Amino acid sequence: MLSPVGNDVASSWEAIRAGRSGISVIDRFDASEYNTRIGGGIKDLDIEPWLSSKEARKLDAFIHYGLIAAQQAVDDSGLEQYGDLDKERVGVAIGSGIGGLEYIEKNVIQMEKSGPRKVSPFFVPASVINMISGNAAIRFGYKGPNIAIVTACTTGTHNIGYAARTIAYGDADVMLAGGSEMATTRSGLAAFSSARALSTRNDDPEKASRPWDKDRDGFVLSDGAGVVVLEELEHAKARGATIYGEVIGFGMSDDAHHITAPAPGGDGAARSMRNAIRDAGLSPDDIGYINAHGTSTQVGDVAEVAAVKSVFGDHAEKLAMSSTKSMTGHLLGAAGAVEAIFSVLAVRDGVLPPTINLDNPDEGCDLDFVAHQAREADVRVALSNSFGFGGTNGTLIFSRYEG
Amino acid sequence: MSTVEERVKKIVCEQLGVKESEVQNTSSFVEDLGADSLDTVELVMALEEEFETEIPDEEAEKLGSVQDAIDYIVAHT
Repeated sequence: MLSPVGNDVASSWEAIRAGRSGISVIDRFDASEYNTRIGGGIKDLDIEPWLSSKEARKLDAFIHYGLIAAQQAVDDSGLEQYGDLDKERVGVAIGSGIGGLEYIEKNVIQMEKSGPRKVSPFFVPASVINMISGNAAIRFGYKGPNIAIVTACTTGTHNIGYAARTIAYGDADVMLAGGSEMATTRSGLAAFSSARALSTRNDDPEKASRPWDKDRDGFVLSDGAGVVVLEELEHAKARGATIYGEVIGFGMSDDAHHITAPAPGGDGAARSMRNAIRDAGLSPDDIGYINAHGTSTQVGDVAEVAAVKSVFGDHAEKLAMSSTKSMTGHLLGAAGAVEAIFSVLAVRDGVLPPTINLDNPDEGCDLDFVAHQAREADVRVALSNSFGFGGTNGTLIFSRYEG
Repeated sequence: MSTVEERVKKIVCEQLGVKESEVQNTSSFVEDLGADSLDTVELVMALEEEFETEIPDEEAEKLGSVQDAIDYIVAHT
């Protein structure tokens, strides 16, 4: 994992448990003309150990991030040391919400300046979204299913859910799955800014992402990547793998309502959660923790609370729901992937991540949002939501692995 | 001021990610320096930029080695 709060899983999880924000002033380019000048960039990343300079030059930063997260996941899994691995049964599903925006910008500017002959031959393979999956296959020799689902901010969740189904269906034994994003570029920031989607709390970046708080004023655009190794349980046990948790449910739906705004009452979100709970064979009362989509927008935050109340009824008062985006900002296509990892670690460690900056909960936002500080709790089942432009919704359910 | 040879070799190193010691005048971009067809297109673009010249596609296709590139630049700039 690469996230605004850390360049690997351990440091990111430590920051989340400590309630530290990763939001700061954007320094990747001069953002002085922008209404929003803050974001959740990746900090102090040395890509040299992960990618050769030749490789790096031919790939957009979102692919760098995705490949680094994939390499971290593979290293941690011990798969490379497992001699009996059938690489034709190992696949990859890593997507991105937007893709190689920076590389696209650079080449379009170059073309405008010097003509079409100056467009790089690497323009397409450096910027299209399936090239994390493609490059990961080449790097690791994984010859199984190779795909990259693109569903805006639901990308990470959908790729993990689809990958789990690919294994359950019998098409693969192991899948690398997740999402990556690097959209805090000149045009990316401008576009979300024009859509009035972003917080403009430029003078206090760490306080900008404040899901469910009265004074929230939009989300914070962030970068990063999350990749997990999913494996058929018996396959994982046979090779003595470290098992962090189990994927036990996956649900999807669409609002069929508006390109960017959620359906009133969070109808689509509710159906996504119900579908996942049914897939897991659970009842709503079994869910102890929800890692919310919770982006810190006016309508989105309220709709998700309404959806949770409609799905969980009285149990909504008992479960805990927090937004790790209060610390990481919104990683778009990577959000569902890093939040899946936080959800799994929450059930593994029995720790509820906090929602920071929640000083005054907005009207109707009256659930247990684990405000300000992480809390220990014996949660065994966590649900993670992602909702994206196009009204596309995805929900994953994870449980603690009890051996 | 560096010679054409030095400047060409520097660009080859940057574009193909190889060390200076690996680049000989006789080195073939594809066979010795690990370039693929896309690398060679971008290499030519970098040479065009460095030497402020335009190398037509039919000429660019003939530039197979470091020496080919040096000869072309010397003859055309």
